[in-house]
Amino acid sequence: MLSRRSFLRILTAGAATAAPLGGGSLFRRWRLGRGRAVPALVAAAEVDRTLVQLADVPTKYGDGAVAYAAEPPHPADVGVPGRRWVMVIDLAKCDGCRECTRACQAMHFIPAGQEWIRVYEMRDSEEAAPYWFPRPCLQCDNPPCVKVCPVSATWKREDGIVMQDTSRCIGCRFCIAACPYQARSFNWVTPPRVEGQPSAYDPQWNRVHFKGTTEKCTFCPALIAEGKLPACAAACPMGAIYFGDQSEDAVTNSQGETVRFSDVIKQGAGYRFQEELGTEPRVYYLPPRKRLYPAPPEEQPAVTGAHP
Amino acid sequence: MIERRRRSSFSDQELHLLTSLQAGGPRYYVLVGGLVAIILWGVIAYAVQFRYGLGVTGLRDNFMWGVYITNFVFFIGVSHVGALMSAILRLTGAEWRRPITRMAEAITFASLLMGALMPFVDMGRPDRILNLFLHGRLQSPILWDIMSITTYLAGSTLFLFVPMIPDIALLRDHFARGPAWRRRLYTVLALGWRGTPGQRHRLESIMGVLAVLIIPIAISVHTVVSWIMAMTLRAGWNSTIFGPYFVSGALFSGAAAVITAMAGFRWAYRLQDYVTERHFKRMGYLVIALGLVYAYFTFNEYWTPLYKFAEAERGYLAAVLSGPYAPLFWFTQIGGLLVPVLLLTLPTIHWVPRLRAVPLLHPRPAAAALVATAALFVLTAVPRSPAAALGDVDTLRAFAPWGLAAFSLWLFIALLPGFRERPITAAVVASLLINIGAWVKRFVIIVPTLQYPFLPIQRAPAGWDIYRPTWVEWSITAAALAGFALIYILFSKLFPIVSIWETRETAEAAPGHESARGEVAHAPAP
Repeated sequence: MLSRRSFLRILTAGAATAAPLGGGSLFRRWRLGRGRAVPALVAAAEVDRTLVQLADVPTKYGDGAVAYAAEPPHPADVGVPGRRWVMVIDLAKCDGCRECTRACQAMHFIPAGQEWIRVYEMRDSEEAAPYWFPRPCLQCDNPPCVKVCPVSATWKREDGIVMQDTSRCIGCRFCIAACPYQARSFNWVTPPRVEGQPSAYDPQWNRVHFKGTTEKCTFCPALIAEGKLPACAAACPMGAIYFGDQSEDAVTNSQGETVRFSDVIKQGAGYRFQEELGTEPRVYYLPPRKRLYPAPPEEQPAVTGAHP
Repeated sequence: MIERRRRSSFSDQELHLLTSLQAGGPRYYVLVGGLVAIILWGVIAYAVQFRYGLGVTGLRDNFMWGVYITNFVFFIGVSHVGALMSAILRLTGAEWRRPITRMAEAITFASLLMGALMPFVDMGRPDRILNLFLHGRLQSPILWDIMSITTYLAGSTLFLFVPMIPDIALLRDHFARGPAWRRRLYTVLALGWRGTPGQRHRLESIMGVLAVLIIPIAISVHTVVSWIMAMTLRAGWNSTIFGPYFVSGALFSGAAAVITAMAGFRWAYRLQDYVTERHFKRMGYLVIALGLVYAYFTFNEYWTPLYKFAEAERGYLAAVLSGPYAPLFWFTQIGGLLVPVLLLTLPTIHWVPRLRAVPLLHPRPAAAALVATAALFVLTAVPRSPAAALGDVDTLRAFAPWGLAAFSLWLFIALLPGFRERPITAAVVASLLINIGAWVKRFVIIVPTLQYPFLPIQRAPAGWDIYRPTWVEWSITAAALAGFALIYILFSKLFPIVSIWETRETAEAAPGHESARGEVAHAPAP
């Protein structure tokens, strides 16, 4: 049989070969995520006709976006340099009309059964009043879906967008399992072609869909590149969805109202959904306080969380 | 000495072992034909899925994983025991293992092939499989799975093959005038084995290394499999003990599968001389021990979140313990754990035969209990019809679960004396229950969590808010089970399912020992 010495020799050799395999890349990412300084994001912009100078974007745990982008992801789409896209949804203004969902579906020719921005009816407790809760992809800075993707079909751009290329997706649906926000959808069957739908797939536009792949909201990168608001923000009749650049510290809604991002978050008690999960979303919510619309009907089952 | 023995004739019992390699009778062809038919049906089901997409399954956005991933975890679990149990028994020098290690190792091989197949069946784009190698990211647990499972497959194949080399050499010589393909197969696989002392020494040191290496590999495989779930934030999967929990469940179900295989081969190939009642008893003890470990992990896994009852965890806990998934969960705990362990402990319970004196447990009342159990089972299992105007039926339904429990307990007690007299039957029933329970348990781990995500399931299209597997998933599952059985049976037709040289070695080591075939008769019970 085996002597004690050769047993130990085998163990040591095994450990020595296994360690570099897994440890290296994870450690590199952790180090990048913590230690590296955020690139100088000095930007000047017209906000309310005043020039805003911003030296830095404060990040609590390091710049997740940069850390993820550091691993050359897919098609060299690292996003718009210097930008940090951010969305603010004012729940006090959302009346649950779902124009955002419809605009999104029209813009991307989304197959039936999917809603990339879904308006939930929420109720935090029996005593609290119900409210509407639009949920696009939250474009996390610590994105669980990007972590688990085995083929870089989804990746984090430096401008904050969690991008995807469905022509690479193998359909394992691990990202759907990993996303805590139900923000990802799957094409279970061949999506029917619709009139006016382009034939060539462009990840920036997301208008062509493939059977057996996962999709989600990507903040309409093609529209942003043209200086426009994402389709949902532009379509909101209440002006509840603000979109902008955190580096500029400015967000704009469909009414043309542009506000300082930092002001609106500080004064409006802005929060991120389920901060405790540590996903660091790039979508902020303003609480449904002093609502400008009638609340959702109370009799409908709308308590947040696990109870159906 | 080995050289001499190679030329010498086999003992009668060994010749008997070799007869199992010959073409079987009509029953064998019916069995193989049936398995092939099931596999072909599964292939048709997969062709439908490939053509029309995963939409032909019951999977939907909220239930992105289901039966296929359940199968994956189940088969990888069953595969565990072969390598792990056999390695531990080898390293500890447990002599009684000799007739059954190959059966166990072959289970590993067959079930690992089926398990590894399942993620590919589950893929939405199997045509893009090469992306895993072209663009693979080490960060994804799927890559860890690929690495650990291929390592395990390679390791366990070697672990099966290496101790088989002396037997293959025996076959090479035995079939020297046999069919050409057999001769060629055995000549190639025997790797020129002549049984020289140098070769024997090398074989033993390789086996020593493999037996040590295969243990951490096997443990790591099922740990990584559990991480597919545990690396997500979902309540019910977000658990730190999923690794050991899954490993313990894997060992439990795998050891039970070995008992089933032992009984099957013993009956089909008449191996009563090799696989004795004592082997069933010892395997039974092993299963009991593993079952207790598994019960401990299960208790730990559900009790800690239940005590805290955090908001996110309420949904799946309530659904599993007392809601829609409760019948499945309690079946796994009672039918898949408690009852099998009781059945396996029967030989040590001495008052059981006295139950025969109880009139209520005589055959006729017991048959009545059986009918009542079946009726109540149908009543509880069949979904309530929307037009349930029959008020009294609904009242009956309310009591049906308790009636079902009472009648099945009655039936179980009535059957106990019979099981005690037939310990092998009891062990096989226990093993089958354990394996059915193991499959259901994996389903209960995977699916209920998906029904209770952080954001409530809202605005789902009709039928998307609950998971109902379709015929496609069941057909492919049946085909995978059939594939497992077929690989296993064909293996036993190509190679002796009981190691000839290893059992012979024991017989030599203990000359004059009448029942020395793989067991040491007077060894203390474990």
